[in-house]
Amino acid sequence: MPSLGADMEHGKLVEWLVKPGDYVRRGDLVAVVDTDKTVMDVESFQEGVVADLLVGIGETVPVGTPLAVITQTPAEVGAPVREAPPARAPSKAAGVTPRVPEAPGPEVPGPAAGPPVAPPVRHLAHRLGVDTGSIQGTGRDGAITRADVEHAVAARTGGAGRVRSSPRARRLAAELGIGLSTVTGTGPDGAVTVADVQRAAAGLEGAVPEIPGPELAVPELPAPERPVPELPVTEPTVPAPVTGKPPSEARERVASLRRAIGALMTRSKQTIPHYYLSTTLDLRTAVEWMQSVNAHRPVAGRLVPSALLLKAAALAARDVPEVNGFYDDGGFRPSAAVHLGVAVALRQGGLVAPAIHDADTLPLDVLMEQLRDLVGRARAGRLLRAEMADPTLTVTNLGDLGVDSVYGVIYPPQVAMVGFGRVMEQPWAQNGLLGVRHAAIATLSADHRVSDGLRGGRYLARINELLQEPEHL
Amino acid sequence: MNEQDARAAVHAAIGAVAPDVDLDDVDEDSRLRQDLELDSLDFLRLVETIDTATGVDIPERDYPAVATIKGLIGYLTAHG
Repeated sequence: MPSLGADMEHGKLVEWLVKPGDYVRRGDLVAVVDTDKTVMDVESFQEGVVADLLVGIGETVPVGTPLAVITQTPAEVGAPVREAPPARAPSKAAGVTPRVPEAPGPEVPGPAAGPPVAPPVRHLAHRLGVDTGSIQGTGRDGAITRADVEHAVAARTGGAGRVRSSPRARRLAAELGIGLSTVTGTGPDGAVTVADVQRAAAGLEGAVPEIPGPELAVPELPAPERPVPELPVTEPTVPAPVTGKPPSEARERVASLRRAIGALMTRSKQTIPHYYLSTTLDLRTAVEWMQSVNAHRPVAGRLVPSALLLKAAALAARDVPEVNGFYDDGGFRPSAAVHLGVAVALRQGGLVAPAIHDADTLPLDVLMEQLRDLVGRARAGRLLRAEMADPTLTVTNLGDLGVDSVYGVIYPPQVAMVGFGRVMEQPWAQNGLLGVRHAAIATLSADHRVSDGLRGGRYLARINELLQEPEHL
Repeated sequence: MNEQDARAAVHAAIGAVAPDVDLDDVDEDSRLRQDLELDSLDFLRLVETIDTATGVDIPERDYPAVATIKGLIGYLTAHG
């Protein structure tokens, strides 16, 4: 169970997107986890074949609990490697020198000068995570046969204490991708029989709905087994039909989200010495530019002022690195990348602040697209683990709903929070003349352990400067 | 487009963007931003949804005219 945010202590597994026997790459989505805050997709931290799922649907487990066993491929590297969730960078298994290069086209004969392997057998080996270079072939000219691959799988899944099993049971288990060690044997001396494997397979089928792919996570389980009815069953950008949710469950979700926010904000206010600044942004140029751009665009391609403000906030963080990064036991760690957290109000109450990654490098249109996508998914309760875990600086844009200014509370372990108030026309004096311009109040709440008002003020001033040249954002 | 069709299109679009809003309880003078609490992205999606469903693309300069449910229905009736 990976940590999906500084305040997360446990998570509930609501859905498996893979089943034993599936081949996963690093970054493939494997599970859906419900935290107190939102429902998130969790990716695999390593490549390999899913050997076993350790946590059942509906179970709540602490952060750090292994969720699944992923066997490395090409395999035969001894004991299955447990997924190590908290580490962002998975440690590449020591001593594994893949002899078969990453070969997505399994029909391509490997360059290794090993024993001959027929393409279907190679395919099977790849699917089951067996390194054909490491097994003795028993076929003609030492060729590796299906049975050799299956034996290798059985030997591996059997682990150290070898599981007694019939050859047919082994074969079936290999085909179904079931680890024999996970099957309770009812044969002589506890040997695993074909019937045992079939039972185990049936059990798995019951727990793991056949899911064509992460995009189409249509739950098929009966109602009592489905703890989160607000999971979107349509495309992820469409918010879940909140009205269709049992009122008590919706209330409980909002209440637990409120508790999580309360705990985190209490920690923030108790440990982070906040200071606050504000400045008024001159948005005349930016809004005029945006309106002229939007006039020629269909609605789907139009920009909103928030996109410009977010881009400017991200770019300015490059120039004032004291607002971008994390503060932990080791002191301040500035971040080279700007992962801009965006506080998103959820319509049923509460908020989440997922990240737009590398927001400073994204062209404005791309940032706009990602903003729409992110907000849509946040509201639908489908965020990715990384989006929740790693914002380096967060922006709250409450002005969009009408307030003049907002002073945010910093999300630990971040060190600053930017707030944008409503974009509105204001009287503006310049060179002895009074005019009317679009303007908005930008605020900064920042951590005094890391910066002071001078640098914080520089950050806000830099945002204003950047917004005077919107075409360069 | 007659007013009935316009009203149906507006209700469908609001239902898609803000499914928690119970339109039977909502006055047609309600303001979309302030009263229904649509933010700028929600509003953009509302305009997009209406464009897809009815073919009426509301340009940004006309946004003030469609700030309420009633205004939006009236706009679609006139332009659809």
